[in-house]
Amino acid sequence: MEENGSLFLSSSSSSAQQRLRIIAGHLQKRPEDENASVAAQECKAEAPRSEPSSATPVPRRRQEIMKWNGWGYSDSRFLFNKKGQAEFTGKRYRLSGLILPSLKDWFEGTFGANLQHRSPATPSLNLSAVAPPNLNQPFVEDLKAAGLTVSHDPEDRVFRAHGHCLHEVFALREGRIGRVPDTVVWPSCHSDVEKIVELACEHNVCLIPYGGGTSVSSALECPREESRSIVSLDTSQMSRILWIDEKNLTAHVEAGIIGQDLERQLNERGFCTGHEPDSMEFSSLGGWVATRASGMKKNIYGNIEDLVVHIKMVTPRGVIEKSCLGPRMSTGPDIHHFILGSEGTLGVVTEVTLKIRPIPEYQKYGSVVFPNFQQGVACLREVARQRCAPASIRLMDNEQFQFGEFCFFLILLSFFCFDPQHLCVATLLFEGDRGKVLQHEKQVYDIAAKFGGLAAGEDNGQRGYMLTFVIAYLRDLGMDYYVIGESFETSVPWDRVLDLCRNVKERIVRECKERGVQFPPLSTSRVTQTYDAGACVYFYFAFNYRGLSDPVHVYEQVEHAAREEILANGGSLSHHHGVGKLRKEWMKESVSGVGLGMLKSVKEYVDPQNIFGNRNLL
Amino acid sequence: KQRDSRNHKQSGDSTECVAEEASLILDEMAHRLQLSTVRFFVFTLSKAFKRLFRSVCVNEEGIQRLQQAVQEHPVVLLPSHRSYMDFLMMSYLLYMYDLPLPVIAAGMDFMSMKFVGEMLRMSGAFFIRRSFGGDKLYWAVFSEYVKTMLRNGYAPIEFFLEGTRSRTCKSLTPKTGLLNIVMEPFFKGELFDVNLVPVSISYERILEESLYARELLGIPKPKESTSGLLKARRVLSEDYGSMYVYFGHPVSVRSLTEGKITRSQYNLLPRCIPQKPSADTHEFLNDAAFRLVRIQEENMVLKPWVLIATLLLQNPDGMDLSSLAEQTDWLRHLALAFGAYLDWPDHEACSEVISCSLALHRHLLSVSAGHVQLSVTDAPQVESTPEEAVFHQAVVVLSCASYRNQILHVFLRPALLAVAMQSANSNRKDDVYNCFNFLRNMFSNEFILCPGDSVQDFEEACYLLMKRGVLQVLEHEIVMSASGHSTLAFLSSVLDPFLQGYQVVSRYLCEETNENLTEKEFIPAVRNFALKLILAGRLKCYEALSSDLQKNALAAFLRLKAVRKVKVTYQVNFEGLVL
Repeated sequence: MEENGSLFLSSSSSSAQQRLRIIAGHLQKRPEDENASVAAQECKAEAPRSEPSSATPVPRRRQEIMKWNGWGYSDSRFLFNKKGQAEFTGKRYRLSGLILPSLKDWFEGTFGANLQHRSPATPSLNLSAVAPPNLNQPFVEDLKAAGLTVSHDPEDRVFRAHGHCLHEVFALREGRIGRVPDTVVWPSCHSDVEKIVELACEHNVCLIPYGGGTSVSSALECPREESRSIVSLDTSQMSRILWIDEKNLTAHVEAGIIGQDLERQLNERGFCTGHEPDSMEFSSLGGWVATRASGMKKNIYGNIEDLVVHIKMVTPRGVIEKSCLGPRMSTGPDIHHFILGSEGTLGVVTEVTLKIRPIPEYQKYGSVVFPNFQQGVACLREVARQRCAPASIRLMDNEQFQFGEFCFFLILLSFFCFDPQHLCVATLLFEGDRGKVLQHEKQVYDIAAKFGGLAAGEDNGQRGYMLTFVIAYLRDLGMDYYVIGESFETSVPWDRVLDLCRNVKERIVRECKERGVQFPPLSTSRVTQTYDAGACVYFYFAFNYRGLSDPVHVYEQVEHAAREEILANGGSLSHHHGVGKLRKEWMKESVSGVGLGMLKSVKEYVDPQNIFGNRNLL
Repeated sequence: KQRDSRNHKQSGDSTECVAEEASLILDEMAHRLQLSTVRFFVFTLSKAFKRLFRSVCVNEEGIQRLQQAVQEHPVVLLPSHRSYMDFLMMSYLLYMYDLPLPVIAAGMDFMSMKFVGEMLRMSGAFFIRRSFGGDKLYWAVFSEYVKTMLRNGYAPIEFFLEGTRSRTCKSLTPKTGLLNIVMEPFFKGELFDVNLVPVSISYERILEESLYARELLGIPKPKESTSGLLKARRVLSEDYGSMYVYFGHPVSVRSLTEGKITRSQYNLLPRCIPQKPSADTHEFLNDAAFRLVRIQEENMVLKPWVLIATLLLQNPDGMDLSSLAEQTDWLRHLALAFGAYLDWPDHEACSEVISCSLALHRHLLSVSAGHVQLSVTDAPQVESTPEEAVFHQAVVVLSCASYRNQILHVFLRPALLAVAMQSANSNRKDDVYNCFNFLRNMFSNEFILCPGDSVQDFEEACYLLMKRGVLQVLEHEIVMSASGHSTLAFLSSVLDPFLQGYQVVSRYLCEETNENLTEKEFIPAVRNFALKLILAGRLKCYEALSSDLQKNALAAFLRLKAVRKVKVTYQVNFEGLVL
C-alpha cells in the first residue's frame, strides 16, 4: 500500500485526496472528540486487529518489506547495472527506476573505488549464527496468558538487535550476530504496555523499547553484560491516531506510529505536525520523544520538545503524565524533560498529544549558490539574526555540492564567476500562504544576494531535499564496493561554525591518513538548522577501506577523534541523534558530574531494578 | 585590527576614548612591511654581511621543511637571540630563499632610533613595550594584533622566546606571554594548527662580544641610538668568522598540546574576550617554552673554538699548544659522544684547526713560545688601578666564557651528576640523586632545565657517563670506573665557576648585608664584595663578577626561600641560607 514519492506528499494534494477516500471508512470508526480513556478501553475490543489497513503499514515481520542488513525497503536499492551505470530500483521514490550515469565517475573519483572490487554482503541470515533464546519461561507464559503477541523467531530477534550505526550494519553484512533479544513482544495499546512492564518487574527481565529501529547511537544494541532475558518491546502496532482536537489544534497519537503514516493520516484530515526528521519514513513518534528529535521544518513547527503537549509513559513505578493539556506550566522543572531524551532508560512512551497545524496552502522550494562556504554561513547567520528563516534552510559545502552535481545537472557552472572548487549551495523550503511565501522568499533571496548568493532555482532545492532520503541507501551501495561511511551531527554557536567545520573535516582527513587509510576520505559538512544562537552542523564521512584489516575499528577511531574535535571546538555532544551507548563516555564532560548525578538519581527512583536495561545515556 | 578595542572598555572611560587610545597603541606598534624597504635592506645587508662574515651556513633541508610548513599552517619562527644580527639575518635569509617575510616582535627601544626604527618597521618589525604588566588595554590590543596576523595567515610571526639578547650566550629562561598569544588561536579552535619553528643562530664570533662583557660587569648598556649604530661601523672592518642558521623541525602546537590541554575550557566565553591562561595552560606553556629552547640549544652549531675556550677557562695560567691540541681532541670526542652538534672541519689536522680558531679570537689571547693564555691584549697604555686591571681581565674571561657557555647544554646534565657524586655522602643511588636534584633545582635559573624532568635528566646523565665508561650504575649504587676520573674532574670543573659564584653571593648575603638591602643596591654591592675577594687573592673566579650570575643566584635563593623579598618596600631580607 505504499505510495510513490511519499516523502513529498504534502505537495501533491491530488493523491492525498485519493488516499482520503480510501481511508475514509477506517477513520469514520472513531468519533471526533473521543478521549484517551475511551480509546484505551476500545483497544481491548479491537485487540486482534488483523485487517490489512493502511494505518498499520509496519508489519510485525518487518523483514518482509525491509532489509535485514541495510537501510530501508528491500525493493529499493542502488546498484551498478551491467553497463556500469548506477540505478535506483523499486517504485517508491522519485529516483526509483532512474539511471544515474555520472554516479559511477563520482564514486570512483571520490573514493578511488573500482566496480571490479566488490565486497558483497552475506545474502541471507544464517539462522545457526543466532544464539538460542535465553527465555524466562514464566514471564513468557504470563505474556501469552495476557493475550499478547510474542515471538522467539531468530529473524524477528535479529532485526531488533541493531540500529543503523556503521558497525551494526557492517557486522550484519558479514553475517556476524552478537547478543540479540530473546523475545519480541508487540503491545497494541497503552494498557498492553502497562501489563508487559508489570510482568517484567515481577519476573525481572530486561525490556528494550523498539520503535522504528533507526537509531545511530548504538542505543538498540543489547548490552553484552546483561544476563537476564532481554525482551524487545516493539511499539509498531500502537500506531493509531486516537483523536484530533481541531479547536485546540492537537492530536492524540499512539507512540508507535511512524512519521510518514502520522503525516499522511493527518494530511488526509487537512492537518500536519510539520515534524519531518530525515528518518521520518521509518522512525516513530515514541523514538522522537525518547531522543529529542529534530525535524527539518523546525523553524516553523519547532523541534519535538516544542511539539509535544502531553506525554504518557509507562515506567516500572507506574504511569507518568501531566493532569491537563495546558500549553505551558510553572510546576517545577518540566517532567516532560525527564522523558524527552531518556532514550528508553526510564520506560515506554505510549501516547503523545501533539500540536498540529493546518496543511500550508503553498509550498515552494528554492536554492541559492554561494561563491564559498564562508559566505554561505554568513548568509545563514544573517537570516537567523533577522529571524526570517524559511521552514528549512540548509547549506551544503563544496564537496557535497560536487556530489549533488553528479546526480543532477545543476546548470550552475554557467555562473562562471564562481570557482567550482569553492562554491556551495543552500537549499530552501518555504511554507505558508502564497502571498507570504513569495514575500518571504524575496526577503531571503535579498539577504543571500548581499553575501554573493545567486538564486539557483526550485528544482535544485527540491532535489537537494530528496537526496537526504536516499543518502542512507547510498551507504549500502558504498558497502558493496569497499566504501564505508556515516554521518554525525552537532550544534554550535554561530561564531564557531566555520572553524568547527574546517577543523573537524581536517581532523578526519588527518586521522584517516595516520590510521593507514589508503585513499583520501570524503569529509564534508553541511549546516542543516539555524537557531538564534547557533546552528546544527552535519558531517558526512566515508572512505575506501581496501587494504585495511579492521576497517570498522579504523572508522570508529576516526569518528571518535572527530567527536573529540567537535567538543574541543565548542560543539555539543549531539544535536538530535542522542547519546546511546556510542557517546556515553562524554556525558559527564557534557553535563557535569552533578548533572549526570541528577539523571542517575531519576533513573534510580523510576527504575531501581534496571528493567529498562539498555544502558543508554548514563 | 581595531575590532577588539570595543571589547575592552575600562570602567569610566567612554568607548570613543578607549578606541582612540587603542588606535594610538596600534600606531605605535604596527609594522608597515614594504617590499621596497626590504629590498633596500637586503642590498645593504648583503654588503655588510659579506664584509662581516666569512660565510653564512644554512641547513637547506630546514628551509625546505619551512617551505612545506608555511603551506600547511600558520608558522611562528622562534630564533635564538644572541645578537642584533639575528632578526636582520632571518629576514634576509627568508627573502633570499623566496619565503614569506616574517613580521617580528621587536623591543620598543629600537623604535626610538631615528630613521632606523622606521626602516625596521617597514621591513616587518612591530614594536612592543618592554613592560606593560598592568595595562590591560595595551595587552588586549597587542595580543589581538598578533593573533589577527596569525589567523589571517598574513605572514609568519617571529619572536624571541628568550625575550632579549642573551648577554652570556647561555639560553635564557623563556618567556611565555607571546607563546600563549600565538597558541591561543589553536586553543580556541580558530586555527587547525600552528607550526612553531625553532631556529638556532650561532656565531663563530659575536659582534657584541666585549660589549656584553662590559655590560655584565656593570657598564650600562648604551641606549639604542643611530649614532651608536654609526660608530658600530668599526665592527665592519673586523673578521667575525662564520655564522650558522639552523631551521629546526616544525613543532605542531596540536601535537604538543595533545592530552595536555582541554580545549573545551575555552567554550564558555566568547572568543574575543581575553582570558588569562588557566593554571594548567600556564604549566603547559612553560613546559613547551622550555622544550622549544632545548631544541634551539640542541641545534646550535658549535665551532672548535668553543672547546678551546672551555679548556682555556679551566686553565687560567695558560696551556702549551701541544697539550691544548691533545685535550681539545679529547674534549671533541667527549662532546660528540654527548650529542654536541660540532662543526669540526674534516680533513684538517687538529693543530691546524686550533691555530685557525686562535687567530680569529686573538684579541682575547696571548700566544708566546707555544704557550697560550687568556689575557688582555689591548691593555691601556696608562697605568691603571688594580681594580681596573681586574675588570680588564674580567672582560676577557667573560668574553671567553660566552663561548664556553654555548656548549654548556651538552655537558650540563653529566656535570651536575659529577658534582653530585663528589658532594653526596655515599655512592648510593638515591643519595646521588638527591644531591643531583638539589643542584639541578639550585641552577634552574642559570641553565635551561625543563621543570619536572629531574628523573629524566638524572637518567640521561647516568646513561651518557655509562656509555663513556666513566660510571657503572648498579641497582642501588653508582660507582666511578677506574678510567673515569679525568672526565669527572673535567665535568665538575665546568660547573665550578657557577658554584663559586653562587657561594660568593651567599657569603655576601650571610656576612655583609644588614637587614635592609634593596634590590637596586644588590648587584653593585655583590660586585664590590667579589672584587674585594679577588683583590685580596681569596677568589680566583672572575665570573663571580657577572651580574647575570648574581641575578640568577638571587632569584634561585628567593625561589628556594632562603631569601625573602618584602614587596612593600622592595627590600630583600635574608633569612639564612642553605649552601
